[in-house]
Amino acid sequence: MNKKNTSVLIVGVGGQGILLAGKILSEGLLTFGYDVKMSEIHGMAQRGGSVSSHIRYGEKVFSPVIDRGRADLIVAFEKVEALRWLPWLSPEGTLLVNNEEIYSMPVILGRQAYPDRLEEVLPSLVPSVKVLEASKIAREAGEPRGANMVLLGGAVALLGLNERDWGSILDKGLPSRGREKNKEAFARGVASLKA
Amino acid sequence: MKELLTGNEAVARGAWEAGCHVAAAYPGTPSTEILENLARYEDVYCEWSPNEKVALEVAAGASMAGARSLCAMKHVGLNVAADPFFTMAYIGVNGGFVVVDADDPGLHSSQNEQDNRWYALHAKVPMLEPTDSQECLDFTKAAFALSEKFDTPVLLRLTTRICHSKGAVETGERTELPVKDYVRNPSKNAMLPAAARVRHALAEERLLELQEYNETSPFNLLVPGEGSLGVIATGVGYQHAREALGDRASYLKIGMTWPLPLKLMADFASSVETLWVVEENDPFVESGLRALGISCSGKDRLPLVGELSPAILAKAILGEEEMSGKKTGIPVPDRPPLLCAGCPHRGLFYALSEKKDLVVMGDIGCYGLGSLPPLNVGESTICMGAGFSAAIGFQKADERAGRTRKVFGLLGDSTFFHSGITGLIDAVVNKSKAAFVIMDNRITAMTGQQENPGTGRTLGGEDTAALNIGRICAACGVREENIHTVDPYDLAASRKAVQAVIETPDTAVILTTRPCALLRDVREERAGMVCVVDTEKCVLCLSCLKPGCPAITKAEGRIVIDSKACNACGLCLQLCPTGAISKEAAGHE
Repeated sequence: MNKKNTSVLIVGVGGQGILLAGKILSEGLLTFGYDVKMSEIHGMAQRGGSVSSHIRYGEKVFSPVIDRGRADLIVAFEKVEALRWLPWLSPEGTLLVNNEEIYSMPVILGRQAYPDRLEEVLPSLVPSVKVLEASKIAREAGEPRGANMVLLGGAVALLGLNERDWGSILDKGLPSRGREKNKEAFARGVASLKA
Repeated sequence: MKELLTGNEAVARGAWEAGCHVAAAYPGTPSTEILENLARYEDVYCEWSPNEKVALEVAAGASMAGARSLCAMKHVGLNVAADPFFTMAYIGVNGGFVVVDADDPGLHSSQNEQDNRWYALHAKVPMLEPTDSQECLDFTKAAFALSEKFDTPVLLRLTTRICHSKGAVETGERTELPVKDYVRNPSKNAMLPAAARVRHALAEERLLELQEYNETSPFNLLVPGEGSLGVIATGVGYQHAREALGDRASYLKIGMTWPLPLKLMADFASSVETLWVVEENDPFVESGLRALGISCSGKDRLPLVGELSPAILAKAILGEEEMSGKKTGIPVPDRPPLLCAGCPHRGLFYALSEKKDLVVMGDIGCYGLGSLPPLNVGESTICMGAGFSAAIGFQKADERAGRTRKVFGLLGDSTFFHSGITGLIDAVVNKSKAAFVIMDNRITAMTGQQENPGTGRTLGGEDTAALNIGRICAACGVREENIHTVDPYDLAASRKAVQAVIETPDTAVILTTRPCALLRDVREERAGMVCVVDTEKCVLCLSCLKPGCPAITKAEGRIVIDSKACNACGLCLQLCPTGAISKEAAGHE
C-alpha cells in the first residue's frame, strides 16, 4: 500500500452537511498543491441513511476509496456513525467525533438500542479520540446549522493544515447566506483542536 | 489550473469542449449530474426526456441531422433504450453520437448490478472506459471524434465510483463546430430489411477496423514495473491495482474495452510470468483473453459481486491479509434510508397499511421505501413501470386461484410518464380489477429533484406545459368516477379513497397530489410550521409513531417532535386519540 498519502473519512447521517464539508476540504487540498481524490455515495443515502465521503491526498493518489483499517482520520458527525465506521480507522489513526445522537428508525421503533454514553466509550476503544460539542460551538458562533463547519475546522487542525489560507476556500465553497457565521464556526472548530 | 471535478462533471465538460450540440437523458443514479452540468452551458440544447428510450432516440435523430449529440443513462436505462441502440449501430452517425452508460457495481442505488459492457459486444459498437475524472473529460471528447471517424455510436461506460469520485482535471476550451449538412440517405438511415442486411455486414467490417485501430489507440496504456507480475486492468479497478501493487507489477490499462486490442493483450501476456485481469463485475476482458488461449487469474480469484478495492486486490494477488480494523463488540443500530419527515407519500401508505387483505406491487422511486418497517407496504420492486404492469398479471393470477384480495399497482409521477401509462392502458383495455396508485409529488425526487413532464418546467428552467395526470388517466379510459384524487396529508380522505377502490371491480386510480416536502417552494411555504405535543394530554399510546415519521421519537418517557425536522404535515395529529398534538408556528413551544 502507498503509505505516503493521507486518508480522511467523513461519516454521518444524510442531511448533516457532510458532502459540503468534504467538498471544501478537497478544494482546499487541491489549492494547496496536493493531488486529491474524493469519493462519495449519493442516492438512497440522502434519505436519512448513513453517508460517507472518502478523501485521499498526497503527491499522487490512485484509488479513491479507503479500505478498513486505513483511515488516518475519521470525522464522525454522529456518535453511532463513529462506531459503525471505527473498523476503518488505522491503528495509529485519530477519531474526531461530534457529541450528537440521531436516532434511526429501528431505534425510534424500539427494535434496536442506541448505545449509551458513546462519548465516553469511544475513547476507551481507540488510542486517539477527540470529542467536540460541534452543535453547541456552532450555536455560539451564531450559526445553529454550522456544526459541519466546526467539524471541518477541527479536522483541518488535526491534519496540521490550519496555518493555510482557508478564507478564500470557504468564500468559494460556502453559499452566500450565513457565510460569515459559518466561517466563524470553522474558526472555532480550528481553535478547539489546534495543537 | 486544474479543477476538482466528479466523473460526471468531467463528462459534461468534455462534451461541451467537443462542441456537442444536443443532449438528452432521463435521471438515474449515478448518471444524473451529467445532464445537470451540461445544461449549464448555453451552447448545448439539453433536455430531460420522459424515459431513456426517448433520450437515446432524440440524440440519434440529432446525430442523423448532423449535430454532435449525447445521451446519458444509468445501466438499467440502457435496457429501456436497447431497441434504438442496437439499430443505431447499423445506421451509424452523421454528427458524432455518444451514449453514456453508468453502471452501479455494489448496487449503491439500483435494483441490479448488470455489467453493461456486454451491450457493446452485443450491439457491435466501440466502448471506452475511463479510469478517473481526467479520462472522463478526455475520453468524452475523443468519443465524438471516434464516432465520426468510424461512423458508429460510441458507448462511454462509467461506474458509480467513476461518476461520483472527484479528481484533478485539466480543462480546455470549446471547439465550435457547425451542425453538418444532412443529405437524404434511406439506404443508410431507413432500416428496412434490404438496407439493414447491407448495414449489418458493414457493421461487422467496421468492428474489424476498430479492433485494428485499438491495437495502437491512445486509450490504452502500458506501465512497466519491476517484477514478473502483470495486470490487465480497466475502470476504477486500474486505480485500485496501482494503489495496491505499486511498482511490483507491470500494467496494461485498457481504456477502449471493445473491440479488445487482442494482439496488445497477447504481447503483454507473453512479457510477464504471472498474469491477472482486474475488472469489476463480469469477466469481460478476461473472456477475450481466455478465448485467445491465454491463461490468467481473474474471476476465479476475484469477486463477481460488488466493487473492488485495493485491499481486495492485495489479498487476492499478494496474499496480504485485509486489515480487520477495530472490533468493538458493541451492537451498532442499523440506519436504513427512510421517507423524510413530512413526506407526502406517508399518508396514503399509512391508509394502505391499515388494510390486511391487499397486495401492493411497488416500483422504482422514494415510495419504494414504503416497503420498509413500520409501514411494510409493497411486495415487489422490478423496474420502472412494473408496479402497474405486474399488478395486472398478479391480479389475473389471483383470480384464477380464487383469491379475492385487492391488488394495487403503485408508482410515482415521473415513473408514470416514463413507462406507467402503457401499463394503465393495458389495465383498462384488458379489464383489470386492480387499483392503480400514482403518488404525484410534482418532482423526480429520489434522484435529487429533477423536472418531469408534470412539473411545468424544462431542464433549462423554462416554463412549459405541465401534463395533467388525472386527465391522462381519463384519456386512457379510466372512468371519471373511478379516479380518486386525494391530498395524502388528509388521512380520512386517503382512507376513503383506498376503501372506494377496494369496493369497485373496475380499473380504478388513486392520484395523490401533495408536492415533495423537500421542494424549495414547499420548504419556504411551511417554514416555521411544526406540530407540538401537550404532555398533559398525551397518554403514551404511541399511535403517532406508527407511520414511522423520523421527526417523532419517544425519549425519557415522553413523545418528542423535532421542530427542526417537522413540517406540520399533521399525520401524527390525525392519529392521536386524545388530541394531544397540535399545529403551531415554530418557537412557541
